[in-house]
Amino acid sequence: MKSVKKKKFNDAYLFIIPYFTIFFTFVIALIAISVILSFTYYDTINFPSFVGLRNYVNLFTQDTDFMQFALPTTIKYALIIGPVGYMISFLMAWLLAQVSYKLRTVLAIILYSPSLTSGVLMTVIWKVTFSGDTRGYLNYFLLNLGLINEPVQWLQNTSMIFGIMIFVGLWASMSVGFLAMLSGILNIDKDLYEAAYVDGMKSRWQEIFYITIPSIKPQMLFGAVMAVVGTFNAAGMATALTGAYPPPQLAGWLIVDHMNDFGFGRYEMGYASAMSVVLLLIVMAFYSVSVRLFGEKKEKRIR
Amino acid sequence: MKKDKDTEQLRLEKLKKKLQKKSRRNYRRFQGIKINPSFFHKSQIKFLLLMLPMLIITLLPIVYIFSHAFKSLSELYAYPPKIFATRLTFDNFRNLILATSQTGVPFIRYVFNSVVSSALTIFFSLLIGSLAAYSFSFLKYKLKKPLFALNQLAIMIVPVAIAVPRFIVMSELGLTNNMLSHIIPLLAMPVGVFLIKQFMDQVPRELYESAKIDGANNFQIFWKIVIPLVKPALVTVAILAFQSSWNNVETSSLYVDDEALKTLPYYFSTLTLGTSAIAAQGMSAVASLIIFVPNIVLFILLQKNVMNTMAYSGIK
Repeated sequence: MKSVKKKKFNDAYLFIIPYFTIFFTFVIALIAISVILSFTYYDTINFPSFVGLRNYVNLFTQDTDFMQFALPTTIKYALIIGPVGYMISFLMAWLLAQVSYKLRTVLAIILYSPSLTSGVLMTVIWKVTFSGDTRGYLNYFLLNLGLINEPVQWLQNTSMIFGIMIFVGLWASMSVGFLAMLSGILNIDKDLYEAAYVDGMKSRWQEIFYITIPSIKPQMLFGAVMAVVGTFNAAGMATALTGAYPPPQLAGWLIVDHMNDFGFGRYEMGYASAMSVVLLLIVMAFYSVSVRLFGEKKEKRIR
Repeated sequence: MKKDKDTEQLRLEKLKKKLQKKSRRNYRRFQGIKINPSFFHKSQIKFLLLMLPMLIITLLPIVYIFSHAFKSLSELYAYPPKIFATRLTFDNFRNLILATSQTGVPFIRYVFNSVVSSALTIFFSLLIGSLAAYSFSFLKYKLKKPLFALNQLAIMIVPVAIAVPRFIVMSELGLTNNMLSHIIPLLAMPVGVFLIKQFMDQVPRELYESAKIDGANNFQIFWKIVIPLVKPALVTVAILAFQSSWNNVETSSLYVDDEALKTLPYYFSTLTLGTSAIAAQGMSAVASLIIFVPNIVLFILLQKNVMNTMAYSGIK
């Protein structure tokens, strides 16, 4: 057996080389450069100078905006949007699978449309909706109904800004994970359901937990990973919503915002890179939790 | 004696029928509420009602884009604010056409650049991505684990974090002022590889084994057996690739100086900068409509391929 293996060229590398050539050049190399820059002082004009761990030390000991606002807000945001958005995505995918093809396609587009529109447009819509004067859609609507007597300053109140960000985040939570789960559910072998019902499965809840979810485990994991990663990508929301930079009392200020501020506002690229490394570590922690929750316990592979 | 036997048989038959009836009833109930139904039935209304709140808020961007594009200037700034346009007007379209006819580079050139770069991005990212996913799912080689770990790591990267290094690499490679600058950097899609791999993991290993025994090589198995089975994943990745390329403004603004090599969304973003703020709002609404509609069209075209691929594959 061994000699056969040795003689053969492993053609797996033919499959992997085209992708990884581009992947290494445009993704991995960039990450590596970013990590290296995090140990330097780099203002984009002069050549980066090595400063050791100073960026990291400063980040955790002196940057109060980071420790008091950006870090806790980001984690709070991720802990809410990740799980809740994921559950909504799965629920919507499952509900969509219950209607017939044409209607489903239309509804799927509607649910996915927040992900189709670019970020700029997305905040424009919510800005006019939550606008603090009487012209804002929500204020106008509530005034007309007589629920409020004067316009509410939705976007000036710091706790409300965070609430609105959560709302917008959930609104945009049907992303690619949702599409994957939808096609996963649609492609489950119908015989499985049939057999289970003949065997005495009673309710649709049982159907979800005994047939649907186990059958689409790979897609469930993908959806979970995308839900986690997606939440950390949100940037500039508070600024776009309030129209103030930085937003009042740094409400809704996320790590990515802080990074943008230092990287492209003050040209402290080394410091911004250190922040991106810290962010990556946080995302990795969330990722490993979701893999532990949704990944297959043991790979049941033949090969 | 004989009579006894008859009654015994009769009893057995009755029992059999009863059982059959029961399972048929179960079966019918199952048929009434099955997943992926082929027609509309009033029992589906409850599912629609459950989706309704989410549908209403997600419908907003579509309504907004369409109604704004057809609103007259007075309605765009009307008080009380209107969600729907009451009087349809094509003023915004006319303004946009007027503005586009005044630029040095013909408008159709931007459309051409966008369409070509999006099409090539979709094709090549799907090709190299699915090849890589196949190797992750089916093949065995030394570097598999570390490479997959790197792929997952890349998924977790926030794009802003690598913006500066990207600029360095792009200029070092000479990928500036070039049609290829729109395409090559977008071809590696770690998310796409992960998704396709997840779908490939569901393809029964027996299928792979039996094809191997029948003498098929990896490329044949990949192309003839696995690819048709993971169409839903390919479709989803195609939608993603299209989005990343079609909506991409960054390449045109940072890496391409030649006006004739820039793309449609970039052109639209500059168009609204020059004109007065009021006319710009109407025009940018039309521009976002033009950018948005191909997304929907592609989505509808590709959705057909999402369903029932496993059902026809002969896998049971």
